[in-house]
Amino acid sequence: MAETLDAEKVRKVAVLARLKLSEAEIGDYATKLGNILKYVDTLNEVNTEGVVPMVHAVELSNVFRADEVQPSLPRAAALQNAPKTDGTFFLVPQILEDK
Amino acid sequence: MSIIGATTGELLSRLERGELTSVELTTAYLDRIAQQDDRVSAFLTVNTAEALQQAADVDRRRQAKQPVGLLAGIPVAIKDVLCTKGLKTTCASRMLANFIPPYDAHVITQLRNADAVLIGKTNMDEFAMGSTTETSAFKITRNPWDLDRTPGGSSGGSAAAVAAGMSPLALGTDTGGSIRQPAGFCSVVGMKPTYGRVSRFGMVAYGSSLDQIGPFANDVNGAALLAQVIAGHDGRDSTSVNAPVPAYSQTVNQPLAGLRVGIAKEHFVEGLNPEVEQTLRTALQVYKSLGAEIKEVSLPHTSYGVAVYYLIAPSEASSNLARYDGVHYGHRAEQFSNMIDMYATSRGEGFGSEVKRRIMLGTYALSAGYYDAYYLKALKVRRLIRQDYDKAFEQIDVLASPASPNPPSKVGEYSANPLAMYLEDIYTIGANLAGLPGISVPAGFTEAGLPVGLQLLAAPFEEEKLLRAARMYELATKWQGQRAAL
Repeated sequence: MAETLDAEKVRKVAVLARLKLSEAEIGDYATKLGNILKYVDTLNEVNTEGVVPMVHAVELSNVFRADEVQPSLPRAAALQNAPKTDGTFFLVPQILEDK
Repeated sequence: MSIIGATTGELLSRLERGELTSVELTTAYLDRIAQQDDRVSAFLTVNTAEALQQAADVDRRRQAKQPVGLLAGIPVAIKDVLCTKGLKTTCASRMLANFIPPYDAHVITQLRNADAVLIGKTNMDEFAMGSTTETSAFKITRNPWDLDRTPGGSSGGSAAAVAAGMSPLALGTDTGGSIRQPAGFCSVVGMKPTYGRVSRFGMVAYGSSLDQIGPFANDVNGAALLAQVIAGHDGRDSTSVNAPVPAYSQTVNQPLAGLRVGIAKEHFVEGLNPEVEQTLRTALQVYKSLGAEIKEVSLPHTSYGVAVYYLIAPSEASSNLARYDGVHYGHRAEQFSNMIDMYATSRGEGFGSEVKRRIMLGTYALSAGYYDAYYLKALKVRRLIRQDYDKAFEQIDVLASPASPNPPSKVGEYSANPLAMYLEDIYTIGANLAGLPGISVPAGFTEAGLPVGLQLLAAPFEEEKLLRAARMYELATKWQGQRAAL
């Protein structure tokens, strides 16, 4: 830990997060996220040797249900909020080259 | 007797006695919204036509002596993070500005089954990320007690709607205090149930291991009734717990004999406003006078809660919000060069700055080389926090604290310093990290007339005890029924 954030690192994280940021946002996040990271470093004070990580508040495992066919969302309803659709599929930009 | 400001119980008995119809009642609230909401800005969508239709339907069935549900004819305002079939659900984000859910959240189905009237959708911090309702992409909600101040957040619209008499009941969600803190700031009752008590199906996810839906009301009994209606098992949320739901509304008026009220010595720290501290001390005197025993306990890891939360919640958020890619629903950019660029541009345009900040923080905390140091470390300290509470609840029934260390902030106060805003969550986030139920009840006002909330926490699934303890306090004090002069 004790990491500092520079603009370069913010750019890298933005690529991982699939977020296009403006130069102003990159500068702003470098400072503000840097402050937050400095703050969370206080966790280093805590001895967590042998402590099992707590992933969830209710620690359930293997919730089973019967494998039965249930009605699902009709196609029209599933597509009703699509930014682009032909009525059958969600349309996205072409990702494979024409040969 | 006035409709506006009446408790849910009073409204139900007048409906049952035939002194009032749901159409009259719903119309009164819709009028109140029309008169007041241009100043308070609690609502994003007012569901006028459907609400009146639901009301008329309940009236018809009630007059025909047909059976009706527990909330028959009572308006409920809904935080805009809960999917309502056919009714716009935006999460106060440009990303979902035009999103119309094709299905209802489980809690909405429960409300419909209880014959409640869905009066409208309330403003919130964008994707529930914030403590002031200022990160909404659409409007800033004002605190009805002081219009220059925020109502708290992220469920600020729901809290303000109840405080301003625009709905007797409302639903909110609480990931780090987003029900309890605004309830305190607006002088209404707000409860976060135990994690798993209420199904999250159809709630737009923020931090999935922390999120829980809960009630707002203008008295504890209203909150008990609404909690009873929304709680219960639902197979569509695999973390929903399959345990019977007690009839909270039937037991809420029974005082608890031998009640042990805890206070944590770690809660009395620098940064706690003296007037807020005095309010808590006065509340403890009230409990003493009711025969309760006050016990000091220790929660040694309290000061690490905020750091743990602001690693875990953004990590979960960065994963949950990956679904907004401009393909299935939500905003898609007009201009982009390829598929990946379409994702990044759509997300860059659709999300506001607090949401982007938390996605960035979470992505960083989960990224290769940092996962162990940040996310895993936070999960380990989370367990220590839970163990602190487990130990404390061996000695006490409820833990009392302020809902927030300071009175509501001025609009714009935290815009330059998000960390300062995060630190204000110190009293509420422990319950989310540990999965405990918590409630905030009105506990008085500062010299300047700003509301202060008393928070009570209990052990998991002890909502009944929590509500009864809160009701004892409400009946012994004069804060219930006091309304903001708008």
